[in-house]
Amino acid sequence: MGILVGKDTRLVVQGITGREGSSHANQMLEYGTPLVAGVTPGRGGQRFQDRVPIYDSVAQAVEQEGANTSIIFVPPPFAGDAIIEAAAAGIRLVICITEGVPVIDTVRAVRYIEELGDKCRLIGPNCPGIMTPGEARVGIMPSSIFRKGNVGVVSRSGTLTYEVVDLITKAGMGVSTCIGVGGDPVIGTTFVDVLEMLAEDEQTEKVLLIGEIGGNDEETAAAYIKEKFKKPIFGFISGRSAPPGKRMGHAGAIISGGKGTPEAKVAAFHDAGMTVSDTLAEMVERAKALG
Amino acid sequence: MKLYEFQAKELFAQGGIPIPRGTMVTDPEAAAAAAAEIGRSVVKAQAHAGGRGKAGFIKVADAPAQAQTLAAAMLGETFKGFVISRLLIEEAVDIDQEYYLAITVDRESKSPIMICSAKGGIDIEDVAETDPDAIVSLVIDVAYGPWDFQLRDLAERAKLDPKSYRQFVDIAKKLYDVFIRNDAALAEINPLMVLKDGRMIAADAKFDIDDNALFRHEALLGLKEEAEEDPIEAEAHRQGVTYVKLPGDIGIMGNGAGIVMGTLDMVTREGGAPANFCDIGGGASEEVVRRCLSVVLMNPNVKGVLINVFGGITRGDAVAGGVLAAVSSLNVKVPIVVRMAGTRAEEGLKLLEGSALVPEGNPVEAARKIIALVKGA
Repeated sequence: MGILVGKDTRLVVQGITGREGSSHANQMLEYGTPLVAGVTPGRGGQRFQDRVPIYDSVAQAVEQEGANTSIIFVPPPFAGDAIIEAAAAGIRLVICITEGVPVIDTVRAVRYIEELGDKCRLIGPNCPGIMTPGEARVGIMPSSIFRKGNVGVVSRSGTLTYEVVDLITKAGMGVSTCIGVGGDPVIGTTFVDVLEMLAEDEQTEKVLLIGEIGGNDEETAAAYIKEKFKKPIFGFISGRSAPPGKRMGHAGAIISGGKGTPEAKVAAFHDAGMTVSDTLAEMVERAKALG
Repeated sequence: MKLYEFQAKELFAQGGIPIPRGTMVTDPEAAAAAAAEIGRSVVKAQAHAGGRGKAGFIKVADAPAQAQTLAAAMLGETFKGFVISRLLIEEAVDIDQEYYLAITVDRESKSPIMICSAKGGIDIEDVAETDPDAIVSLVIDVAYGPWDFQLRDLAERAKLDPKSYRQFVDIAKKLYDVFIRNDAALAEINPLMVLKDGRMIAADAKFDIDDNALFRHEALLGLKEEAEEDPIEAEAHRQGVTYVKLPGDIGIMGNGAGIVMGTLDMVTREGGAPANFCDIGGGASEEVVRRCLSVVLMNPNVKGVLINVFGGITRGDAVAGGVLAAVSSLNVKVPIVVRMAGTRAEEGLKLLEGSALVPEGNPVEAARKIIALVKGA
């Protein structure tokens, strides 16, 4: 099972003829992801790798191929518009990989999608996407490190997530679904949204949550976990040594005005009864020890 | 990108927000000339940091000669790490009230948020600490912008003088327009001043532009003051390298923001002190590794480097080749530990054997190794 992406996914790649878009479209195809269409304005009528039809618009991809999920690789100046185009075309799940999207563009896109209620969900921007091993790879996570299993993984980071997935696999466990929610200050789907879905997912028996400095999404998640989340969940906070006022690569990873500190996040996790590991290896060991 | 007060006020003026009369100057003679034109004036040092008044970098000049003396004293001085090279000479005003007004993007509501207080003129974080109820806010629907009635309600909740409501609503709407038009991350007026004659003006201005949006603000890009950044950060920026300078002596590089942040944490926990954050991104070709490594080594404090790579889509052996080539072409003198995991990591580590580089598979061990090497040096 897993969540969000799987056998029912009918994926359209926005920006399929670009460098990143084409490279990852190939890898998603290789993994067996149901990739049904690509979009590049002005290139409609062509085919990607002689098999995937390319359209001028997402609306055409929805109409002709029944696309229900979109992944966005278009450059930052056009990404906000691409998100709204997908939502307007009736896409149910929009995953924006693009890094460097102006914050106000994301704010507008999120506002547009909110109006659609539960008809549409945005993941990202600035995220590695979603992986449901054995079913679908909708993103840029390296397929080779994944095994199917019962561990749900949710993270604000990309590379740190790969590291933890690698450790999970090496420990003889596997992943139900792995989601990178994105490193930007404003993102479509937050930890709580994902946890609510993982709570319902039968395949997921335990969860690893990798937060980082900046904002208060971890604190919000901790409050939710304390109240409602029943599955075993293990925490990690990245950026614990970062000085205030310095942006640590991710646009959202910054301690400013005394907010977004690792201390507050660790305390919130502890208050929710969670362990917070010092290393990823320790977190995976704890998850494994649970059996 | 942070703007100086005088630059922010230009944007305010363009947006119709009332500001004091003033001129930016860079030498004492010009300060005197400006003061002669303006009359009784305030000499304000321009710096990307708050607390200028307390530190003596904002002073009143009754006559042009005094403005000249004050300017001569401030120029070239250092305030919170910034060398003062610009002054704003501004008309001195008669203060009745000092309020606070700001707009930023709220991560939680995923919307612009307006923040207001009747307690302006001091650091808002101090107010938040001592009198949090004095700060009120309004989440703005980006589809419509703020409505007048919402702004009147905000003014009422902030306990502003009702006589000021009309001017407040006008300025708040204009500030929102300036915020949106310029892709601001923060637009702040502190103090938002009510003068003895009843006029409301933006007496100070803080403006921070979303770096991701600079591509559509070419005019503002010209304001970028690289001279005020750390010189290594400025060079990294020119070369397109994601780099943040830190106070320690161990250079850190990795492929992705998350893994680099994790590496900083690991090194710190093991008792080392990172000298920087440097993300080499995906791919990690020889050219990219060389560019990043050369930036990291520009910092004279660096006594050793830890490169932490997780081979995902990028294969470990390809990365190892890139690192080896970069290191040999740069003639590196300090020890370098390379930690590698993921796809074809063993092959990558094998490639590094016999070189000057120290290969390691375990991240914690890698951190310990570089710390030991740096301490032994």
